[in-house]
Amino acid sequence: MDVLDIIKPENQVFCKTKLMTDTPLSYCPGCGHGTAHNLTMEVIDEMGIAEDTIGVAPVGCSVLAYDFMNIDMTQAAHGRAPAVATAISRCWPEKYVFTYQGDGDLAAIGTAETIHACNRGENIVIIFVNNGIYGMTGGQMAPTTLEGMKSSTSPYGREIATMGSPLKITELIANLPGVYYVTRQAVHTHKHARKAKKAIRKAFENIKLKKGISFVEIVSNCNSGWKMTPNDANIWMEENMFPYFQLGDIKVNGKLK
Amino acid sequence: MSELKLMKGNEALAEAAIRCGADAYFGYPITPQTEVIEYLMTEQPEKRTGMVVLQAESELAAINMVYGAASTGKRVMTSSSSPGISLKLEGISYLAGAELPAVIVNVVRGGPGLGTIQPSQADYFQSVKGGGHGDYKLYVLAPSSVQEMSDFVEDAFDIAFKYRAPVLILSDGLIGQMMEKVNLKDQKERMSNEELIEKYGSWATTGKKGRERNIITSLDLQSEKMEARVHRLMKKYEQMEKEDLRYEEILCDDAEYLIVAYGSSARISQKAVELARKKGIKVGLLRPITLFPFPKKQLFQLADQVKGILSVELNMGQMVEDVKLSVEFKVPVEHFGRTGGIIHTPEEILEALEQKIIK
Repeated sequence: MDVLDIIKPENQVFCKTKLMTDTPLSYCPGCGHGTAHNLTMEVIDEMGIAEDTIGVAPVGCSVLAYDFMNIDMTQAAHGRAPAVATAISRCWPEKYVFTYQGDGDLAAIGTAETIHACNRGENIVIIFVNNGIYGMTGGQMAPTTLEGMKSSTSPYGREIATMGSPLKITELIANLPGVYYVTRQAVHTHKHARKAKKAIRKAFENIKLKKGISFVEIVSNCNSGWKMTPNDANIWMEENMFPYFQLGDIKVNGKLK
Repeated sequence: MSELKLMKGNEALAEAAIRCGADAYFGYPITPQTEVIEYLMTEQPEKRTGMVVLQAESELAAINMVYGAASTGKRVMTSSSSPGISLKLEGISYLAGAELPAVIVNVVRGGPGLGTIQPSQADYFQSVKGGGHGDYKLYVLAPSSVQEMSDFVEDAFDIAFKYRAPVLILSDGLIGQMMEKVNLKDQKERMSNEELIEKYGSWATTGKKGRERNIITSLDLQSEKMEARVHRLMKKYEQMEKEDLRYEEILCDDAEYLIVAYGSSARISQKAVELARKKGIKVGLLRPITLFPFPKKQLFQLADQVKGILSVELNMGQMVEDVKLSVEFKVPVEHFGRTGGIIHTPEEILEALEQKIIK
């Protein structure tokens, strides 16, 4: 049997969600962003809310998220996505508003916007992709870079005494009263991706219920920035990132776990 | 049917925002414009018209809230004073780049740095020469009375939506803080979401119901596309110069000398013109109402008639550069100004005119 005999519509068991455009992803092979994008768009598609969803893209590797996500999107200045989303949600309370941000954007330059949008309990979803490095600018130290981890601006490894500890902003946020749902997930295996998708679904359903902030952290890899092969990066992530950024729910239905 | 009231400039501006049907205001307190957000919080426009008012955690957050609301086609405003506007410049540059309509109010105080809380016009350069990064300009309206603080809000929104561009109302601590009678316009209804989608659905990110998706961004990684975007902006600015230049001429017809002044300086200069006329000196006043576009042609023509021009400003000489460029060295142009929060008197202005121009 020829392969073309198999590739037929009737044999199709899985397809790309129509909420992902046909634009080739700009991410490095092996990067988790593509999966995180896809899961988010699948959830929006399955909930049937694409026409009522407005996304806010950050600055960083996912600055071009709007090229791939086939919904209305606004690109925000570095770190300001939660402020942008605040206003959209306040002006259009019946819409589904989410931000998609990386660790530099959300946990360094945009810390104030993140904390205050969360503290006000804005009725939005924040998807936070944490890969412990600035990927877009070529692998500089991020607020979430692990102790001893090398980057182009911590070439001898992150030193706690002079550079501070990797910031667990997700735990900080979970402690704010306005925050309803906080979870930390991963997307590097099918098993993890399925769980992450459930978490993203729960987050978007919380918007419908007007519950306030739902915050989904996705601990991800950056094989280019970490100078590893994709597979090695995933193994390194499991062995080093996960012990520090532990996966699982942190706050559910407004209650800390 | 309008309503006559005695109000502070800042309050008149806030009330005008509610009455002209603004959808949202996002701000952060800073002297001397804090009355704007205080008034709005007290008035509860959410109950009156459904207008959203929110105190942001910083000027940065406030201007980016403006960016968010503007990206969905809402009529949104913010206000601040000089150091706060410096912080907002990041967002203002993004608004210009992403071609979003919004109204920004600067009730100027003295600077640089933390400066002083007294009135100043030292943010002229920042306002008309860009301020933030990149090739852009702001349409700048300069009110010189409490009435204009009120009237210019709706005018600013009209221009912002005509061009899909941020508009700046450049006031100062004097106009913002002083009380005058003001004729308030009748309440206009806010635009419904359906009407908004009908009008701005071609670009606003309101959810892609019944259409292809919209994207709001100021990013063009391809240089050719970025250049084309900037050219598009420049075309708007050219059109603003042709269609929306505003200025006022006071006693210019027989003037032998000319004062150029805007905002609070124009109010004080008007008195100086009266004093001069009493002394038999024929002085006129050209008041630019828009600082960009600037009344270049009018100045160029007046330069054929007058013997000299004095640019009166509450700064050390900023607008005077535009006056000089406009008259192309046809007549002497000098500057007179006080700064640091000190306001010139009409007598000082007349004395400066006599010493620097009439001689």
